[in-house]
Order: sequence, then structure tokens, then C-alpha cells
Amino acid sequence: MEQADVLIVGAGPGGLAAAKGAKAAGAERVVILERDSRPGGILNQCVHDGFGLVRYQKQLTGPEYAVRAEREAEESGAELLCGHHVVNIKSNGAPSGGRGGACSDGCDGGFAGRHVVTAISSEGLKQISARAIVLATGCRERTRGAIAIPGSRPAGVFTAGVVQNFVNVKNIMPGKRVVILGSGDVGMIMARRLTLEGAEVVAVIEVLPEPAGLSRNVSQCLYDYGIQIYCSHTVSKIIGKRKLEAIEMSQLNDCGRVIPGTERLIECDALVLSVGLIPENEVAQTAGVALDARSNRVVTDSRMQTNVPGIFSCGNSRSIMDMADFVSEQGELAGWNAAVYASARDVEMRDRDLRDWEEAWSTPMAKGFPQPNTVTCSLCPKGCQVRFDAETGLYGGNGCKRGIAFAEQERLDPKRFLTTTIKVLADAGDKSVEKTGMAKSAEACPKGEAVLLPVRSEVPISLKCLPSAVKELQSVTVASPIQCGSVVATISDGEGNRVLVLACASCG
Amino acid sequence: MAFAAGGACAPAADLRLHRKLLMYENDVIIIGAGGIGCAVARELSRYELNITVLEKECDVAGGISGRNSAVVHAGFNNRPGSLMAKLCVRGNQGFETICRQLDVPYQKTGKLLVAFDEEDLEILRGIIAQGEANGCRGLHLVDQAELQRLMPGVGGIGGMLSSETAVFDPFLYCIALAENALQNGARFVFNSEVVGIDRASSDARFTVQTADGRQYRASYLINCAGLYSDRIAEMAGIHDYRIYPCRGEYFILDKIADELLPLPVYPAPKAGIGGLGVHLTPTTAGNIIIGPSAEYIDDRTDLACTAEVMEQLFAEAKALLPALDRRQIIGSYAGLRPKLTLPKEGGYKDFVIQEESSCPGLINLIGIESPGLTASVPIAEMVADIIAKQKPLHEKSNFVEGRKRPPRLRDLDETQQAALIAEDPEYGEIICRCQKVSKREIRNAIENPLGARSISAIKYRAWATTGRCNGGYCLTRIVDMLVREYGMKPEEITYRSAGSELFSGRVK
Repeated sequence: MEQADVLIVGAGPGGLAAAKGAKAAGAERVVILERDSRPGGILNQCVHDGFGLVRYQKQLTGPEYAVRAEREAEESGAELLCGHHVVNIKSNGAPSGGRGGACSDGCDGGFAGRHVVTAISSEGLKQISARAIVLATGCRERTRGAIAIPGSRPAGVFTAGVVQNFVNVKNIMPGKRVVILGSGDVGMIMARRLTLEGAEVVAVIEVLPEPAGLSRNVSQCLYDYGIQIYCSHTVSKIIGKRKLEAIEMSQLNDCGRVIPGTERLIECDALVLSVGLIPENEVAQTAGVALDARSNRVVTDSRMQTNVPGIFSCGNSRSIMDMADFVSEQGELAGWNAAVYASARDVEMRDRDLRDWEEAWSTPMAKGFPQPNTVTCSLCPKGCQVRFDAETGLYGGNGCKRGIAFAEQERLDPKRFLTTTIKVLADAGDKSVEKTGMAKSAEACPKGEAVLLPVRSEVPISLKCLPSAVKELQSVTVASPIQCGSVVATISDGEGNRVLVLACASCG
Repeated sequence: MAFAAGGACAPAADLRLHRKLLMYENDVIIIGAGGIGCAVARELSRYELNITVLEKECDVAGGISGRNSAVVHAGFNNRPGSLMAKLCVRGNQGFETICRQLDVPYQKTGKLLVAFDEEDLEILRGIIAQGEANGCRGLHLVDQAELQRLMPGVGGIGGMLSSETAVFDPFLYCIALAENALQNGARFVFNSEVVGIDRASSDARFTVQTADGRQYRASYLINCAGLYSDRIAEMAGIHDYRIYPCRGEYFILDKIADELLPLPVYPAPKAGIGGLGVHLTPTTAGNIIIGPSAEYIDDRTDLACTAEVMEQLFAEAKALLPALDRRQIIGSYAGLRPKLTLPKEGGYKDFVIQEESSCPGLINLIGIESPGLTASVPIAEMVADIIAKQKPLHEKSNFVEGRKRPPRLRDLDETQQAALIAEDPEYGEIICRCQKVSKREIRNAIENPLGARSISAIKYRAWATTGRCNGGYCLTRIVDMLVREYGMKPEEITYRSAGSELFSGRVK
């Protein structure tokens, strides 16, 4: 049987950072098993920016963040196996000596204290025996079924992550008139994304009295585009026999019950649900890892170790996190400790007081409605609430000077990174597309054969120009191969200048 | 459309024929491809007959047959001497054999009726007497201790066990009957709603007109139209019937039947209720179903779930099994019973299975509500008998009685899985994570012999999208296959029949 020191399940931000952490702690063979055909996990479909502030002190898009995390994992010397779907983990008892690692008699071949991981791939069933495991299996979305929305079951009801994948990766539009239930971050980000790609988002509906996601997303995803949010409201009925025709929206009382008489119909052809994430721990369960019954999260100690010695957990499968950066931080810690567990060397596991840690992480960015005359500075994860006093013309609440400049810009002419996708023709041999990688009309692109490439502007552009810039890029097709970071097009910044548009991932 | 169907994909080829001729000659036309229509088609396909099944939806089991409790009833609920009682008992006794022949998931679980008081026990004694008069086997009362042994955690002071009751997969049952009928020469034409029926007095043959303008002629017309069987009868000039749709709502719970529910558990039936009371049923896939409610409604297409009933359903189910938790809910659905009894009468009327004397050649099957699926094969045999009395039926020498379903990865042990993947690597690509469905299984479903083309057709054949993530993982992957490998445009992809388009088109 194949052997590894540390085996990592999942190559999202948590798993990739765990690989880096494990190699840094001296693990010899570190293997990541990923079920998708490429690493990066959900980052690949998160074409928006806002990643990397903690890890890289930069505003990165999801795919750019993934590229960095992949590179780090690769450079560390970890092995990545994509297309491998882990189906179970069998733990062969507690380690026979010490806190883990080799058997007490020094033998290496025994399986006592090891975990045997089985994965299915197109090559067959692979079994790897590992001294330590890091579970970085992420999460899944809460569904319409789980929250039991009354009404019919027409086509056109999706979860936000599914819509994100269809729109940003598969080049498929779910609808033209969209209602979003839930003001979690994914829901708000999709409200903006769908608006920019030409859909009309007619309502974001939130059960709670305040938006559930980050204030910065309320400002930058909803307010920026004039998208209406209805708090203390819910979708009380789904209407439409074959295709979604409308939803019934109702107001809720303080106990969360529908107030009769407040029902109103909203016509729509897509309902997007952003109603929560659930840690995905089916693999953990096969290993006997204890879960919290209410939240489905893995219970770990402050070293990220579960109740099963040698099995560690991090990221969204451990508990739902607001930012990918924190998932990576946690993954790195879990990977380090897994490697320490796996080694016979006398190295201490790293410890962090998780309560402090979680507290520190739960508040860096404010949630709910933004304060009036206040902007949430998005230059760093602190998310300072910078106030502007119109009478005195002075700013307050900023943690550093940059906050004032940010707020001033926000007030007068807010600037945003443009983040979107453009079509790439996979067939570079097609003469109808210029091979320079620069813009070209879309007509030449045969339907169904293009792939989408996430792109961003090199610098922030005026918010006013953003919709037209996204529209401009809708009709652009470029030819592969494309390197991450290369220039694929230019757009107008609204002040007569052309701004470079960069590829956020490699293609071809 | 580029669905390259393997094997006997007769319908696609025949459809072209139909267009050319616009008139198609048959011996028998079956209207409706639910469980009854499919069973009749399969039964009649034993004989030298030219058979066409006309179905308004895009697949089999699109109506009542796909929306029920999926139970093979024993036959104790119906009045002695009724067709319902006779055909249900006979159907129950042959069901295991037909499921083995056609490779349909079937589990003889038995079933419990729970008594909460003395009055209930008295009702159960009456049911046993009635069942025995009907010819049911394996009915007996159980005391509280036995009840607890059979079904730990259930409330109640005692109950009744029916050992011959079973659960099965109603979708795969209808699909198997239809595929076997197809294999034996019957023709299935989907998306063909019957809009007119003429009977020529000259040759006593029927001309059936469908909504798309085609005409089909036959000597026998078998009305298996379920909820619309009264309307089909009316088109043929029989105005004696009226179907009253009675809605039943259900919840689907996660795959927890193994732990919580070894067999279907019903409350002792109360007099005057149209259904069997809210009950708990394990499915062959390991889920638990709660339901159904019983509510007469006017609209035969209204399959909505309602807030009030949903609340009540769960409360009643929890009374039966206190271990249930709302977090286990993964979906809900509703079905309609095609009742012949007026709302104010309640209860049930016997099946109508007869050739109409005023319209020779028209065989009406009306009011086939529960236990219609259990009785489907005996019902089909009755239809064959009616025809055989007038016209000698010659058995085909090459009738194929059995039919094999393509293998499913999740049914196999690891050695078998490895062998299957070695044979076809697509068996090693997991598309649906909740149900462990491989790409090859999705492909088999897409290329189904009946040529049904929708997400639901894939869902019911491959069981993808049915898990706790409601398709959050696999829907994007299935759609990607349909678009890239089968050349479908996103806007052509439907959830069910035409009109249930999932997407508005491309993003760019």
C-alpha cells in the first residue's frame, strides 16, 4: 500500500495551506487528494476581489488567491492528485507509542496508528496509508429543501454557489429577473455579479432584521447598484408550475413568523438562495470523527486535532469562515501539527487559543447595515468604519491615514476593481482569433466551445464606468494559451485612460 | 439533438416516421405512461400487437406514479370483494418476482400500524379480519414490547405487523416496465398530449389526435391517463366519470432510515379519511419519507406544498417517531390522488377497469389511486384478458421477460468497483457526491433507451441531485456534460417537460 506522512483531503485554500504547513514542519511525503479536476476549490468560481488581505496584503480575486496557494503548495514539495474522490478513512487504532508516528518497535511498515484513505478515481480505487490526516473538505450550501419553503417545485430555484459556478465558470445565465433570498456574502456578491452581467436583481430578501453578510458587501454589492434589500422578510411561497413565475414575499414579526396581509408577489424567473453553509463532513464521519450535531462542524482542540488522534480538520469543514485567508491560516496550522504528529521528532505542536482566535476573526469586518455617512474601509480586514461629518468636513473612526483617503475617494468618486470573466477560445489554432491574446470580437467564437477566464482591472476604476466596462468585455474573446497576470484587454477608466485587464488564472 | 442512444432507441427514429406519415397505424394505443400505462404496455408487448404509448410529459412516471409513498401494499386496507383488494393482494404476491425480473430495487420490510389507544387496537383487529378476507398473509397484532423491538422509539401501546408489505423504487419500476416493453416492440411517444379522440363507425377504429397535430389510429384505446382519465373518457364520448384530485404533501428526510426506521410505520387508520394517514416510510435508497396529507383541491396541476400542511406533517410524524429532527429534512413534494369519491363523501371508490359497452374498444382505467402501483401488473393482465376475449392474442416467440439495469457504483463492494472502473474509467469519476454516482451512470441515464430528455429523467435513473445538497455539487457537472458532450444549448435544458427551462441562455 502507498504510504504518506500527511494526507490532506481537499485542495481548496485550507488543504493547500495545510500542505505548505506540513512540509514546513518537515513531513516527508505530503499528498493532497482533490475530487475536482483542478485545485483551488470554490476559489475558482469566486471571480470577485477581496481575497488575500491577511495572507498577502493585497486585494486579490479568488482565482488569483488560488494560484498563489497552489504555487506555495507545489513549491513546498507536496503532491497533488486531482480527480480523486475520497470515500472513506479507516483508522487502525491508537498509535502504539509516543504521541504518534512510527510504531514503538521502530517499524515503518505496520499499519497500527495509521489511517487508510480510500479514494475513487478514473484509475480505480487508490488506498493510501497515512500517519496523519488533514480534513479540508469545505462546506455545502443549505438548500430550498432544508429550509422547506412552501410552494411548487419549478425550474429556476438555485443556491447562490451553484449560480456562481454557472455564471462564472460554465458561462450559463440562470435568469433575467432574479430574486435573492438571504443576504449572506455569497448572495450579495451574486446580486452584484448578476446585475453586472445584465440580469435585473429585483430584491434581496433577508429573514433577519439586518443583512447577514459583511457591511462592506452591503455597500459594494447592493448599494452601489441600487439593489433593494428587504430585511425581516422572507419568501413565503414559490409560484410556477414548470418554470418559476414569481415568489410571494412576506414580512416577518419579531418571532420570525409571517405577518398575514403583508404578502406581495414579485415576478421573477430565478430565485437564488443564500441561506447558509453547512460544513461538509461525510468523509470525517467515516473515520469516526465527532461532529457538533447542531452545526455539523468538526469538533477540534486548539491544535486542530479531532477526537480521532492523528486526524486534523480546518477551514469550512471545521467551522464556517468569513474569509478564505483565515481558512488558509487555519489550514497551515493543521498541516503543521499533522506533520508534527506524524514525525517521530521532538517538535512541539503549535497551539492557539481558539476562542481568542475566533473572536479576533469574528469581528475584523463589520456585518449588517453600514452606518449612515460611514464607509467601511476595505483596504485591510480591519474594516474601519470611517465617518464623514458634513458640517465640519472632518473624518473619524479611521484606524490609519489610509482610511481617510479611502473615505474621501468613496464619497466623491468611489473606485472599484473591475472583476469579471472573458471568453477564451480553447482552440488556439483558429485563425479567426488573433493570437496576440488581445481583444477580438466574439462573433468568431463557436457557441459551446469557449471557456471563461476570470479577469480583473490592473487598478481600481470609477464605479460609474464599471457596468459599461463589464458590458464591453462581454463581447471580447481571446485565444489561449494565457498566463495568469498577462494582459488580455483594456477598458476605459471613465477619465479618458485605458486600464489594463489582467488574467487572474492561466488557461490552456 | 445529439443524444446518441445506445441499443434499441426506437422512439427517435419512429418520430421522424410519424412526421412523414402524420398518421400512424397501431393495434393498441395506451394513453399515459405512468405505472399503469407502462405495465399495460409491457403486458401487451408479450403478444403480436402493434402498440404505441402516448404520454404528455417528457418521461414515464411524470404524474401520480412518481409522487407517492413508494410502498408495495399488502391489500388489507380495501373492502373484500373489491377490485382494489383482489388486484392489490395479487400484485403484492407477484411484486418481488417482477422486481427481480426487471431489476428494480425492492425490499420486503414489512409494515407497522401503531395503535395509541384501545379504540385503535379495535380498528386494527378489524383490519386484520378484512385483510384475511382479502387473502392477505402475514398479518398479526403485536404488543407494546414487540412494537418496541420492531421499531425502537415509536410511541403507541401496540400495533399490527404486516410482513408482506414492501418498499420499492417507483421511478425505476416504471422505467423498467417501459424499457422492457420497448425492448419487446412497444413504442413510446413523449411530449404528446392527447387532445381529441374519434371513433369511426365504419371500421370501429379510433383516431387519436395529439397536441402537435399528429394522428394515431388503433382498434383498442387503453385509457391509463390517471388524473386526466375522466377527460380522456370524455373525448371518447363517455361522460360518466369525474376525477377529484386529492393532494398529499410529503417531506423527504436524509438517509437516516438505517438508524431510525427499519420499516414503514403508519398510525392506525381513522374512519373517514381519504388516505392512509400521515406515515413514515423508508425508501430503497435509505431516506425517510413523511406524509402524505390529504386535501381535495380543484386544480389538477397544483403540486404545491403549503406552510400549514408542512407544519402539521412534521408534528404528526414526530408524534410517531420522537427522534425526528427538522434538520434531517432535505426536500418536499406533493402528489395528487385521482379520486372518484366526492370530497364530502371521503373514503374511496373501487377501481374502474372495463371496456365501455357504449364505446367498444375503449378500455377505461379510472380512479386508479393507491394501491394502483402495487396492483399494476394484475391490472395490466386484466386489460389483456379483456382484449383476448374478443381477439385472439398470439404470444411472441421472442418476448424478453427480463431486463438488466446498468450497474451502480454504490451498490458494489470495493473489488467490484475496481473491476468496473478498470473496464470503464468513467465509473471512477464521481459526479454526484451525496449518492456517489459516477459519470458513466450519468451517461447511461442521459442515453436512456426511452429517449427521455430532462434533468428529472437523469435524476430518476441515476439518482443524482436527490441527496442532501439537492444537486449543489452535481447539477453544474451534469449540465456541463449535456452542453459539452451532447451539444445541448443551455436554454434547451429542462428540469422536467417543455416549459421547465432551467436557464435563460449564455452569459456571454
